[in-house]
Amino acid sequence: MLNQSARYFVPDPSHWPIFGSVALLSMASGAALWMNEASWGKFVLIAGVCILFFMMFGWFGTVARESEGGKYNSQVDLGFRWGMSWFIFSEVMFFAAFFGALFYMRVLSVPWLGDLEHKLLWPDFNAQWPTAGPGVAEKFTPMGAWGIPALNTFLLLSSGVTVTIAHWGLLKNNRKQLILGLAATVALGITFLCFQAYEYSHAYSELNLKLSSGAYGATFFMLTGFHGFHVTIGTLMLTVILARSIAGHFTAEHHFGFEGVAWYWHFVDVVWLLLFILVYWL
Amino acid sequence: MEAASHAKATHDHAHSHDDHAHHPSGLMRWVTTTNHKDIGTLYLFFSMTMFFIGGLLAFGIRAELFQPGLQYWEPEFFNELTTMHGLIMVFGAIMPAFVGFANWQIPLMIGAPDMAFARMNNWSFWLLPPAAILLVASFFVPGGAPAAGWTIYAPLSTQMGPGMDLGIFALHIMGASSIMGSINIVTTILNMRAPGMTLMKMPLFVWTWLITAYLLIAVMPVLAGAITMVLTDRHFGTNFFNAAGGGDPVMFQHIFWFFGHPEVYIMILPAFGIVSQVIPTFARKPLFGYASMVYATSSIAILSFIVWAHHMFTTGMPAAGQLFFMFATMLIAVPTGVKVFNWIATMWKGSMTFETPMLFAIGFIFVFSMGGFTGLILAITPVDIQLQDTYYVVAHFHYVLVAGSLYAIFSGAYFWLPKWTGHMYSETLGKWHFWLSLIFFNVTFFPMHFLGLAGMPRRIPDYALQFADFNMLATIGALGFGLSQLLFVAAVIKCIRGGEKAPANPWEGADTLEWTHLPSPPPYHSFETPPVVK
Ligand code: HEM
Ligand SMILES: [Cu+2]
Repeated sequence: MLNQSARYFVPDPSHWPIFGSVALLSMASGAALWMNEASWGKFVLIAGVCILFFMMFGWFGTVARESEGGKYNSQVDLGFRWGMSWFIFSEVMFFAAFFGALFYMRVLSVPWLGDLEHKLLWPDFNAQWPTAGPGVAEKFTPMGAWGIPALNTFLLLSSGVTVTIAHWGLLKNNRKQLILGLAATVALGITFLCFQAYEYSHAYSELNLKLSSGAYGATFFMLTGFHGFHVTIGTLMLTVILARSIAGHFTAEHHFGFEGVAWYWHFVDVVWLLLFILVYWL
Repeated sequence: MEAASHAKATHDHAHSHDDHAHHPSGLMRWVTTTNHKDIGTLYLFFSMTMFFIGGLLAFGIRAELFQPGLQYWEPEFFNELTTMHGLIMVFGAIMPAFVGFANWQIPLMIGAPDMAFARMNNWSFWLLPPAAILLVASFFVPGGAPAAGWTIYAPLSTQMGPGMDLGIFALHIMGASSIMGSINIVTTILNMRAPGMTLMKMPLFVWTWLITAYLLIAVMPVLAGAITMVLTDRHFGTNFFNAAGGGDPVMFQHIFWFFGHPEVYIMILPAFGIVSQVIPTFARKPLFGYASMVYATSSIAILSFIVWAHHMFTTGMPAAGQLFFMFATMLIAVPTGVKVFNWIATMWKGSMTFETPMLFAIGFIFVFSMGGFTGLILAITPVDIQLQDTYYVVAHFHYVLVAGSLYAIFSGAYFWLPKWTGHMYSETLGKWHFWLSLIFFNVTFFPMHFLGLAGMPRRIPDYALQFADFNMLATIGALGFGLSQLLFVAAVIKCIRGGEKAPANPWEGADTLEWTHLPSPPPYHSFETPPVVK
């Protein structure tokens, strides 16, 4: 029911969501199989991921077409704003769980493991952060803050600037500034990810720092890993927005697709700052 | 009737062409639907199915406990039964039922044509069947279903077989569904109210769902984080819950209950909302203390974030922590008391009638309040240290969840069935359903208080001889309760298939938009032109 005179927009029945459900079902069962020594599970998982991408392509394509077709009035636009804000809030809470785990281990459980009671069990344990815990024998070197991580901080902060420059371009109807700004942001995002990949391989091969390196390894890799995953998603979204900008989408008045992605990018940026301070630096 | 023709007229006016022509029919209608009423119906039927599957598991538990000694199941399978009963009832039955109500009612009550994100709404629902498939499938993998309790505490959950992975992924998917559903609900309420419907004019059901959705968005991601850590501890060598690596199994409990306590309010606030619609209707008086209800609901939502460790009094917390969580928990009784007071004050000197929705609502107030009181008793740390993990806790949470959440669901179902189907339900069936449920509920769960006080542990398939009589009684009650629920199915089916025609407003005292502005049943698309609320 694409009715333009109506105050609200209610879409037609859609077959995209069910693709998403099938995708998640095969991703979940594939992953469960794979993790439990059924190696063919990975094909089920990959099939699920492919269906998911197909679904997103179709679904977001529909949304972009509807948007460009002028179906979305200001009411719908405001709805998107609320929706995106609450989605980002949910992401904040997801990261909060992992930051909470970091806090708990650093401030509570590791010191407890070093107290007098535990001396009986682990007499040689030195309860100093960073640690792999009393029972993990392998030694590791923690990741320093002022090499690649500092560079990455610089990269992400600059990408926050370039995306804002792109936004200004859009507002001024300067398409060239929009496209160049976005392209620079995507490039910075990709560079960030490459550096992070290098950092991980460095950690594994030279620092002996692994996911299994106790409290430090777990929080380090899970926090930076989920952040990196979010940067990947953000970069993909920015790329889509870039392609849409090149195709002439968005106007100075009507461009929530752009803004939503920019919000997301800033959110990823802020998480990184927290990571830099709490995981790398302190 | 006038309202009906008005709605019809705007409906026709809005589309010159026949927009239903290209809508799929049959199964595909339900798979592809973007209509809030269809999706609400799907949620409600899904919930009912899961309710009976969960009920079957519960009966497996009660059958084993009918007599002391091991009768039917291996202890491992008994653990699977308690775990899956809990997971299915919480995530499959109670929560989806309330989302079903939200889908049907929120657009109708605020004068919106549909939910804000109609396609995403479809996805929120259609994520649930895959999750249910994963959950149920876990019974059939080597090692069986998750058996660590619905709270999936580490280190039990970090050790079990592949069933636990399926359970974790099912929870992830249901969490995604809840988050999307909640974003939809919040956005609908904040952005799509009819002109004149200010926040403080919203029906209380809408208010309670606004706050519930906020809670869901805040805590479902935390659960996702917790179970992700369990997953990586299981398969990828992390040490979040392993002391040898500097982690702590108790940390799982902290993260879980940071989600878990708000979660119990997620399951009760919409129930408060339904009861707050039903009581004024059948007392024929406006709700007493509307504003205080809103504030009470909000303060419950805020307080629910700072009480989680009342589930952990026996884990060896520092005394200062125990004191803090004890007093914070008791504080929640204040806004809860405000609510109970307001419902009673609403009935005071009202001209009451006792149709089935009202019976369930009044039953709710009585029996839920008993659950609230046992909660207060459990909140007292020294008492809880005795009662933790006994049947007293089981009694507590079934008083609040069955006689609370579930009774409110029944109350709301009977209340709105005439609107949804256009037919009156059978009052006789409804009354039988209510009285049998009330009696058998208490037969089942009241003895559990005594069992718990006498020290019978929960989640154990065998027990000492002195507990035999009460357990036998509880099992008989459970059988009766389960069978009584078939009356509900009968009432619903009968109501869908026919019966006395329902007028637009069959309840004298109902004054929200769905009753005053729409026929029964409402047209497929309602409020395309928003009503004006004065
Ligand atoms: C006056 C309000 C309430 C208070 C003070 C309260 C207090 C408590 C306490 C202290 C416990 C922990 C008992 C133990 O494990 O030793 C508990 C358990 C529980 N409560 Fe409540 N409660 C209240 C209301 C509710 C409501 C409204 C619900 C749900 C609708 C609920 C659901 C539960 C559940 C499911 C458990 C058991 C969790 C488990 O261990 O499996 N409670 N409550
Ligand atoms: Cu609690």
